Amino acid sequence: MSQAALTARTATRRGKRHANASGATWGSPTTYLLATVLIAVCIAPVLYIIIGGFRTNAQITIDASGWPKPWVIGNYTQVLSSPVFWQEFGNSLISAVSTTVGAVGLALMVSFVIARYKFAGRNAMYSLFAAGLMFPLTVAITPLYLLIKNLGLTNNLLGIILPQIAFALPVTVIILVPFLAAIPKELEEAAAIDGASRLGFFFRMVLPLSLPGVITTGILAFVGAWNGYMLPLFILNDSAQYTLPLGVQAFSSEHSVNTAAVLAFTSLSMIPALLFFSIFERRIVGGLSGAVKG
Amino acid sequence: MSESAEALATRSSGSQAARDGAHRAPSRADRPGRARADLRQRLEIVLLSGPAIIVFLTFVIFPVFMAAYYGFFKWKGFGVPTNFVGLQNYITIFTDQNFLDALKHNAFIVVVSLVMQGPAAIAFALLLNQNIRGRSLIRVLIFVPYVISEVIVGTGWGLMLQYQGAVNDLLTKIGLGAFKVDWIADPNIAIWTLMVIISWKYIGFAVILMLAGIQSIPDELYEAAAIDGASYWQIQRWITLPLLGPTIRVWAFLSVIGSMQLFDLVYIIWGQYVSSTAGTSTMATYMVREGRLTGNYGYGNAVAVVIFVISLVIALTYQRFVLRRDTEGALTGEPGRKQK
Repeated sequence: MSQAALTARTATRRGKRHANASGATWGSPTTYLLATVLIAVCIAPVLYIIIGGFRTNAQITIDASGWPKPWVIGNYTQVLSSPVFWQEFGNSLISAVSTTVGAVGLALMVSFVIARYKFAGRNAMYSLFAAGLMFPLTVAITPLYLLIKNLGLTNNLLGIILPQIAFALPVTVIILVPFLAAIPKELEEAAAIDGASRLGFFFRMVLPLSLPGVITTGILAFVGAWNGYMLPLFILNDSAQYTLPLGVQAFSSEHSVNTAAVLAFTSLSMIPALLFFSIFERRIVGGLSGAVKG
Repeated sequence: MSESAEALATRSSGSQAARDGAHRAPSRADRPGRARADLRQRLEIVLLSGPAIIVFLTFVIFPVFMAAYYGFFKWKGFGVPTNFVGLQNYITIFTDQNFLDALKHNAFIVVVSLVMQGPAAIAFALLLNQNIRGRSLIRVLIFVPYVISEVIVGTGWGLMLQYQGAVNDLLTKIGLGAFKVDWIADPNIAIWTLMVIISWKYIGFAVILMLAGIQSIPDELYEAAAIDGASYWQIQRWITLPLLGPTIRVWAFLSVIGSMQLFDLVYIIWGQYVSSTAGTSTMATYMVREGRLTGNYGYGNAVAVVIFVISLVIALTYQRFVLRRDTEGALTGEPGRKQK
């Protein structure tokens, strides 16, 4: 609020801004110009992909940076009616949903222990997961592939889901622990007096109260799994198991002359992550800033 | 770790705490009950934390140790490795010009990412922190590149940057046809092309972090400064920037670690072999090319160990000398402990 007051103050001093009813102001033209440039730079390439999908290859060859003339929807309908796209879409969905449920579920349990039980080794447990941030997938991928191969899980979605859960755990635990630790002890005591066990407390109080953290970490895990490339690249060789990122790549090398179709395929494959993110954007930002503050 | 009886009493299982209720310090007569509660607490700890720890150790920690082991062998990935070669793989790595080039590219990417993204991200965060109309829409839109996958970014930019692609076409249209270059294949340009794509992809994340950092600065400071008649730029210089320090340092840490591991974008745009001739290869693309694609898994694992050790040394040094000022480092931190 005082931030608004400050802005309003500068506004009156400059005499150019006008506060509206909601307290938001029309910023100076420079502010809007800069913001517009930033937005344009950020979304122009994305728009190029989406709009390019509405053109024909002939249009793209003649005028690479032009506007669709006329707009054609053939590329999109062709992709949407191809069983390959839907199979890859389904594989991605299975992988992303299972990873989200697994990572958030396991992390909630272990974070609950770290945040609310007092025992020797509690700090060690936290440090173990915190140290996991130092073990990125890139480093582990070669031996991980061998491990998955020995477990017989190559060409199996489970072979990417389990490692995805494992690699999502550190961030999820680190974001969730402060949420769980912040639940007042009085609540736990009150629940205990009312006859709830520690586990009853977990399900009836902790889950609802830590929902913001759960949503943040859930989205991060979902988007991470949906977009994952390196792990599926190593583990999935059978095109029937491909997730969308591998599908996009396979499609674009198979149809390298059919640029318009590649653009349509690419745009359709980014929709779920974008949709998911835009709905929950506020939550993610909140969760991230909480994590940064430690 | 020693625990007081009181802590145990209040922390032990629900039924126990319920019975203790009013009198907090349990009497000696409660011993059997306490032991049972203790056992129950242990069981809960094991049941709740066991699955996560097992999955984590199996798929994250264990592979890294296996890499250290496999790295001492010449091995094609079948059966048990037997051809022990000692440090030979490591000697090969550090005498291979391709790896040294890749390492150099990684170092370049680390530095240029910080220099390109840091100041820009702070500036944009200040811009978006103003209470302007459409702010929430703007925040969603600048996060778009961060949310879409590397494969999509790579495919889209790869098409746009072809010699006959949209970027060169646009340059011609606005009369800058003389600046048409082969953005992807020209070895003098390619790494800068990569830097632009990386910055485009990840700056949204930096902006959002900085924005969150700015918004967590107490309003009273701004009010006091405004009352003292400080100008907008004075306020940003003497209040926002210093108090944003912890956020900037955390972001820089994440950025450096990410740059060291860079794989997807290079591999997708430049493919398996072109990246080294175009001057954009990274340690990770080198690892995949020399380990996975040629089937020399012993060697690939040794490269993984080298990447890990280099990243770890950087991370620990950074935490020891830079991050420690802000918080307990991630490796040494205690759960739920707030910075003082």
